[in-house]
Amino acid sequence: MKLYDHNNTLSERHIKANRQADRQVPDRMWVECPHCQKTFLAKQLTSFTSCPNCDYGFRISAHRRLEWLVDDFQEFDTDLQTTDPLNFPGYPEKITRLQAKTKLNDSVWTGEATIGAEKFALGIMDPTFIMGSLGTITGEKITRLFEYATKHQEAVVLFTASGGARMQEGIHSLMQMAKISQAIAEHAAARLLYIVVLTDPTTGGVTASFAMDGDVTLAEPHSLVGFAGRRVIEQTIHQRVPDDLQSAENILKHGFIDQIVKRQDEKHTIEWLLKVGGEQRE
Amino acid sequence: MSDLSAMQIVQRSRRDNKITGLEIIHQIMPDFMELHGDRLGSDDPAIVGGIATFNGHPVTVITTDRGKTASEKVAKHFGSPMPGGYRKALRLIQQAGKFKRPVICLVNTPGAFPSQEAEEQGQGAAIAQSIIEMGQTPVPIITIIYGEGGSGGALALAAGDEVWMLEHSTYSVLSPEGFASILWKDSSRAAEAAEVMQMTPEALLKQQIIDGIIPENQDHLITGQQVARMLTRELTKLNTLSTAQLLQQRQARYRKF
Repeated sequence: MKLYDHNNTLSERHIKANRQADRQVPDRMWVECPHCQKTFLAKQLTSFTSCPNCDYGFRISAHRRLEWLVDDFQEFDTDLQTTDPLNFPGYPEKITRLQAKTKLNDSVWTGEATIGAEKFALGIMDPTFIMGSLGTITGEKITRLFEYATKHQEAVVLFTASGGARMQEGIHSLMQMAKISQAIAEHAAARLLYIVVLTDPTTGGVTASFAMDGDVTLAEPHSLVGFAGRRVIEQTIHQRVPDDLQSAENILKHGFIDQIVKRQDEKHTIEWLLKVGGEQRE
Repeated sequence: MSDLSAMQIVQRSRRDNKITGLEIIHQIMPDFMELHGDRLGSDDPAIVGGIATFNGHPVTVITTDRGKTASEKVAKHFGSPMPGGYRKALRLIQQAGKFKRPVICLVNTPGAFPSQEAEEQGQGAAIAQSIIEMGQTPVPIITIIYGEGGSGGALALAAGDEVWMLEHSTYSVLSPEGFASILWKDSSRAAEAAEVMQMTPEALLKQQIIDGIIPENQDHLITGQQVARMLTRELTKLNTLSTAQLLQQRQARYRKF
């Protein structure tokens, strides 16, 4: 991690909290936690890129998460390319740019991974790729991940992070919700375990489909989990809503999350759930 | 088929004198009995569902409803369901699966209702459950979009075997105004967005998102007859399939996207 190779001007200390959250890696000298708003030296962040004060997990790339999450992995479907179904102006160029930057072909990393003796199908959505939005390739990769897991009798662990539908792919983005749901249903019919980990932010069509279909649903501390955008809600009902309405903690209180797990505990928790949470097979 | 621009179709889909789901039900089904409630603590009036006979055979029919009077419209959130509405619909769909009767869903909604209560009652989870369960229900499911088909809130009632649209309807991931404001930071470019989004019945049929278009007439009785004709034909077709064939065909319908 490069911590010191950027200009550290005074004004950067005042970067807005939300912009800070969008940063792929907090590689400036000072970082402000978007949740508790305490300011830290970047090197004080945990090695999981979470807040040392409140455990909020910063938005990180899929590759960064892989570094500490699993012992070994094999990536799937790196060659799939969106067909740009709406012929949306500028979209292919945007995708090409992001592919070079993120080393992903779309907004989710998928593959087979191991933690200890447990082998499983793993998906990690990447908030740095058009905010993890649900494109046709995102949907195809997640669908194939479930199909692979069903065929090989493996559990699926999926880390969600998404602003929702991929606007540039219109209705085709919406169809991904139905396509993935079909694959999840087949995986479930084979009595295989599906663990969801909701990370900041999980919203829109992702919340309204595969993020809420898990057998066990975990969430990272203070992550935003919701369906509608906060601004849309406030404009519709013409009143302010509580700041923590869509916090994982509030969603847990209302019964849609099993447990909130800190990043440093995720690997161990997932390993334990893979051992104990599903059907015991020889 | 249509000489109208995408935005003109958007406007017609939102008209006040649009045929309603309840009108269609009462026109083509002589004996609708409404069944209330999600059995989890709520009965959202934005979704009306129940049992009826169609051509002499029992069906389960579910419609979104915007309401007629001002107070109805407020209670029904102008046709935007709460989580309880989707849970009621799902209860009725599962009941239809149990008793082997087809399901007909009629959809005209700007989208699922966005509010604090909707979030806390699990709007996302309710839609997610509806989509996944509807995909596995072992009876024919046909959806007709008869106005606005707004995003996940519409998909929650449109994840079955066939989706048809009235001529002047839309189905999209977002309103064209919202789309223009998100992507171009300019909601006044809605007309342009409506074209780009390919949200009209003809554009959607070309992309195989929907299965067909039902001609619409200013005389609602004629539109209702067209709906009945389509349903008779398509249900007859779907009824010839075995349950395994039906579910396999449904899976393939979504797998191709």
